[in-house]
Amino acid sequence: MIYREAGQFKASYEEDQQIFPIKQDRIVMAALVVAAFFVAPFVASEYWLQAVLTPVLVFALAALGLNILTGYAGQLSLGTGAFMAVGAYATYNFLLRLDGLPFLAGLVLGGLSAAAVGVVFGLPSLRIKGFYLAMATLAAQFFIVWALTKFPWFSNYSSSGIISAQRIEILGFAFDTPARKYLLTLAIVSLLALAAKNLARTNTGRSWMAVRDMDVAAEVIGIPLMKTKLLAFAVSSFYCGIAGGLYAYTYLGTVEPDGFGLDLSFKILFMIIIGGMGSVLGAFLGAAFILLLPVGLNVLMHTSVGVLVPATLASNLELIVFGVLIVFFLIVEPHGLTRLWQIGKEKLRLWPFPH
Amino acid sequence: MARVIGDVILDLQNISLSFGGVKALTNISFDVREGEIRAIIGPNGAGKSSMLNVINGVYHPQQGRIVFRGQERRRMNPHEAAAQGIARTFQNIALFKGMTVLDNIMTGRNLMMRRNFLWNALYWGPTRREEIAHRRRVEEIIDFLEIQNIRKTPVGRLPYGLQKRVELARALAAEPSLLLLDEPMAGMNVEEKQDMCRFILDVNEQLGTTIVLIEHDMGVVMDISDRVVVLDYGRKIGDGPPDEVRNDPVVIEAYLGGAAH
Repeated sequence: MIYREAGQFKASYEEDQQIFPIKQDRIVMAALVVAAFFVAPFVASEYWLQAVLTPVLVFALAALGLNILTGYAGQLSLGTGAFMAVGAYATYNFLLRLDGLPFLAGLVLGGLSAAAVGVVFGLPSLRIKGFYLAMATLAAQFFIVWALTKFPWFSNYSSSGIISAQRIEILGFAFDTPARKYLLTLAIVSLLALAAKNLARTNTGRSWMAVRDMDVAAEVIGIPLMKTKLLAFAVSSFYCGIAGGLYAYTYLGTVEPDGFGLDLSFKILFMIIIGGMGSVLGAFLGAAFILLLPVGLNVLMHTSVGVLVPATLASNLELIVFGVLIVFFLIVEPHGLTRLWQIGKEKLRLWPFPH
Repeated sequence: MARVIGDVILDLQNISLSFGGVKALTNISFDVREGEIRAIIGPNGAGKSSMLNVINGVYHPQQGRIVFRGQERRRMNPHEAAAQGIARTFQNIALFKGMTVLDNIMTGRNLMMRRNFLWNALYWGPTRREEIAHRRRVEEIIDFLEIQNIRKTPVGRLPYGLQKRVELARALAAEPSLLLLDEPMAGMNVEEKQDMCRFILDVNEQLGTTIVLIEHDMGVVMDISDRVVVLDYGRKIGDGPPDEVRNDPVVIEAYLGGAAH
């Protein structure tokens, strides 16, 4: 009843091609943006801003990057963690070695470095697909983490490759509190999410999806496979690189190469599988699900059963419940949370009537 | 609009194609004139689809010359063929299953879209104007093929006959001068076949598109095509107007067989 587009007529193609063609969606989205920018920083505690909201945004950005490559362009990758590492270390080095370089410029240069590395490790995609490509990107994962540990230059000769993020300052304004870092992250992630959505709905995104769905047909209608695949690797790695930079600068503050290991890549892959392949919304839902579920379970364990079970058992129980829930979700809806959300929307159109 | 059959637009000379030791095509020559509907027929495995794949650059023949619009070409990939104005549909539908009908047809216009990904990421301004201009053309094709009601449906959910029509729409979106149709009516019922025939004739007459088609339904082929090439075991055994081919004893022997008696 409430969620119906009745009476909303589209009189032009402009209106039909907007991101949220239904008015209710636009209202909800506007409310969400206002809440994220103007309410959350003042209401949420430092713990929530620093340990929950900021990482959700950072991981959503990384998941968005992987989703561009795997969800839209259909190229399976296990190198997400490595591309994030390139972003983080390149940003660090640019800011360290170029005096007076603005923070945002360093971040973008870090993203571009990741894009360049992504293109190099994307070259095998011109020959191989699927699991074999995953193996090739796995090489990126191991090689880059190894290189960052092996060559101390990257971490400015600190012990075991650890880097500490410099102070973030933009136009003389210091981003030094959790709330400010959260806002900076939110602004960057929002802009990049919008850009990703725009790419997805225009010719670039259609070419990626065409290559994903049927590469022979894509080539026959004139889509150059090499250019399209490498562009997907570049844009995807750029997103991952920016995510890596934010991971180091606004979330953790101190990172080491091993923090960008295969575990991280898998975590982000799970996010897009659970959130939904080939969807911008899916990256956010997946990141929120994977990161918030343990927090929720933790709270649940300590408030309800915490008295009865010892802490060690509780933390293992958490893992078990977490695993079971993931399996459950994948069985119920293999296309992820985005699909569940769409089904929910279709049901809401009719509710409370049966037809 | 009166149909005008013009000069030779595509000339294939002595084409031979083999995969390892298997000869798919042996010394085949034929031409296609501008504005005509040219049919390729033959039993299963005669090399019909291979012939189309040679024309649009998916396969590279070991021997022979291909002259398209007066220009000879040696090796060419499908992407270049598309850029020269050759579009096609496939025997087994080759649509992009995860995309909507509208997006599928829009991909057909990708060669005409000039904005790079940076403009696209911004969307507002040049990209938006470009998207809307192409959307307008795509909507004309949607009207032409009468698929307005399914434009927002993912193609994976459509019945077979409609998928074939969407594939035709995607090929037409490229505004090709030469359209290759690989069994456009395979697996359709009579009504769907009639619809498809009408669309093919409309495309040919109203848009002036030259069409090369492979089809097994002899009634359809004899009705709509101007000239027919007959292949058997990778060799050309007949070539000419439908009536001539129908009465050719070699063709009857090899292919039409019982149907002609």
